[in-house]
Amino acid sequence: MNNSFIQINGISKHFGNVKAVDDVSFEIKEGEFFSLLGPSGCGKTTLLRLLAGFEYPTSGSLLLDGSDITALPPDKRPTNMVFQNYAIFPHINVEKNVQFGLRKLGLTNDEIIKRVKDVLSLVKLEGYEERYSSQLSGGQRQRVALARALVRQPKVLLLDEPLGALDKKLRDEMQLELRTLQKEIGITFVFVTHDQQEAISMSDRVAVMSEGKIQQMSSPNELYKNPQNIFVSDFIGETNFLKANTELKDGEYINVNIENLGSFKIKNNLNISENASEVICSVRPETMMIDTEKSDWDICLEGKIKQTSYLGEMTKFYVETKEIEKIITVSSQYFDNQSFQDGKCFISINPNDISLLNKK
Amino acid sequence: MLQTWKAFYARSDPAKAYSLLSPALILVTLAMLVPLGLMLSFSFFTQISFTEIDYSFTIQRYIDFFQKNLLVSLLIKSVKISFIVTFVTLLTAYPVCYYIAFYVKKNKMLWLVLLTLPFWTSYLLRVFSWKIILGTKGVINSSLINAGLLNEPLTFLMYSETAVIITLTHAWAAFALLPLYVSLDKIDFSLIEAARDLGLSRFETFWKITLPLSLPGIIGAILIIFIPTVGDYVTPALLGGTDGRMLSNMIQAYFGKVNNLPLGAASATIMLITVAIVTIVVSYTTKKLTQRIS
Repeated sequence: MNNSFIQINGISKHFGNVKAVDDVSFEIKEGEFFSLLGPSGCGKTTLLRLLAGFEYPTSGSLLLDGSDITALPPDKRPTNMVFQNYAIFPHINVEKNVQFGLRKLGLTNDEIIKRVKDVLSLVKLEGYEERYSSQLSGGQRQRVALARALVRQPKVLLLDEPLGALDKKLRDEMQLELRTLQKEIGITFVFVTHDQQEAISMSDRVAVMSEGKIQQMSSPNELYKNPQNIFVSDFIGETNFLKANTELKDGEYINVNIENLGSFKIKNNLNISENASEVICSVRPETMMIDTEKSDWDICLEGKIKQTSYLGEMTKFYVETKEIEKIITVSSQYFDNQSFQDGKCFISINPNDISLLNKK
Repeated sequence: MLQTWKAFYARSDPAKAYSLLSPALILVTLAMLVPLGLMLSFSFFTQISFTEIDYSFTIQRYIDFFQKNLLVSLLIKSVKISFIVTFVTLLTAYPVCYYIAFYVKKNKMLWLVLLTLPFWTSYLLRVFSWKIILGTKGVINSSLINAGLLNEPLTFLMYSETAVIITLTHAWAAFALLPLYVSLDKIDFSLIEAARDLGLSRFETFWKITLPLSLPGIIGAILIIFIPTVGDYVTPALLGGTDGRMLSNMIQAYFGKVNNLPLGAASATIMLITVAIVTIVVSYTTKKLTQRIS
């Protein structure tokens, strides 16, 4: 397995004064399902288009499998793209759409027929050969786009928010299918999305982008459990931010004084050594416990429920306490908004669930 | 009674449609169908002397038309000139529209309006200005002579087929812009990117994707230019000389100086049929070709 299959070296792309991609460097492994995640305008699509060859970088270089592709036009790159709106050619049928990219590969007629047949069965579109784009549903169009790109057996498949236009149920289904498919064929996937849940559930690694820069790049688990900064922590799932000041370092741990709550020993995941520097702590809603009675946890706050929202599998509570103005927490089964008299509740936090964040 | 009529009117869509259409229908009937009917009937009569017409039915005028080499060759020339004009217009207007549709990001409308700016003056005025440009002492010839590149003026520029083609092309270009622009602007640019992504060069992408998808606009432009230019007589009359004469000039003569109304009417009818045939063939081919584009 090639660990630096795709090398992105100091890539920048400026549109006028806008730095869409700002000096980004990283590597993607061969066979990896890699996601670029971020809010709209963060540069993720521009980065993908740079990989596809639709844009050329202002500076920096791109290497794929050891060869420099920075200046290659899209038709000369061993990459293929699944477009956000699928871009199925409307004037030719599904079969011709899928065949479209094979003509230039110098295959024999038999090979072309076999490849088209195989890829259509791979994406479960057998029997749709004669249909036109206008006769297909969103999910089917998405499969055609996938088949059309995969049939060329690219070294890298680029996917630009391909599930964005589908309804939730179908999207969940396609997420699983895409993941299975990728493992099955072993092609490197670079997947662009603004949906954090999608990125986390499908990817081997995720790069979170904001303002043209990579904020954090790690496995989904690491991203959720150990976000590096406020942006990532806020973007990936929901969290509560607490202001704090650092105190003495203690091996892998550090003492922090959290505003209104007191001093606690928590894991020093950022390797902070300075004393008395301002930091932000994060605690995820699902790590807290909400109850009608006081608990014996290290932190237990009395609060008042301001608002609840029922989500089916869980209920979300917005709680106000003396110490912290607004806490978001969830309860999966035991409690709902009926359980608390006059909204009175107790919120318990385990200091082990508190993590440190960089301010930027 | 009034109540029933009102109720009927409220429920009947055709009644509403016809009442809305009636002013136009009356106008079209009086100003088009009646004259057209008159012309058609005149084509079956015979001019006996300068003032007398024999009103008995005959198809002799149509036979006359095809027996007169001049008329047939003028018809062929009219169609040929129109085809050249159409072709040249497409060739010049298409890249402009392509540019506006895909490369102009802001103020696309402003571009289109600026392109049609010359067409805010009258057609006749524009024909006359071409006379000034193309004439023996015109802008082109005098500049070339003053620059010492020529000793005597280029004569093929004026009173020739070339003059007619240039003028008609310029005169009708604006009408080709709109259908071409609309059909190109409708093309999703990601289709073009997808074709490039699938290994096609720029030229192949144009041939396989852009051109077929803009076909409806191309056909629209062809019809919009071909139909009016084939029957144009102002430009050939003013700039065509003998070489650039078209069938419409002959038809005008039959209705005027020559005073042979039946033969003029027959010639006009034949021209009408020719245009209709070309239109049907072009539209039918388009329909076949574009059935799948939607």
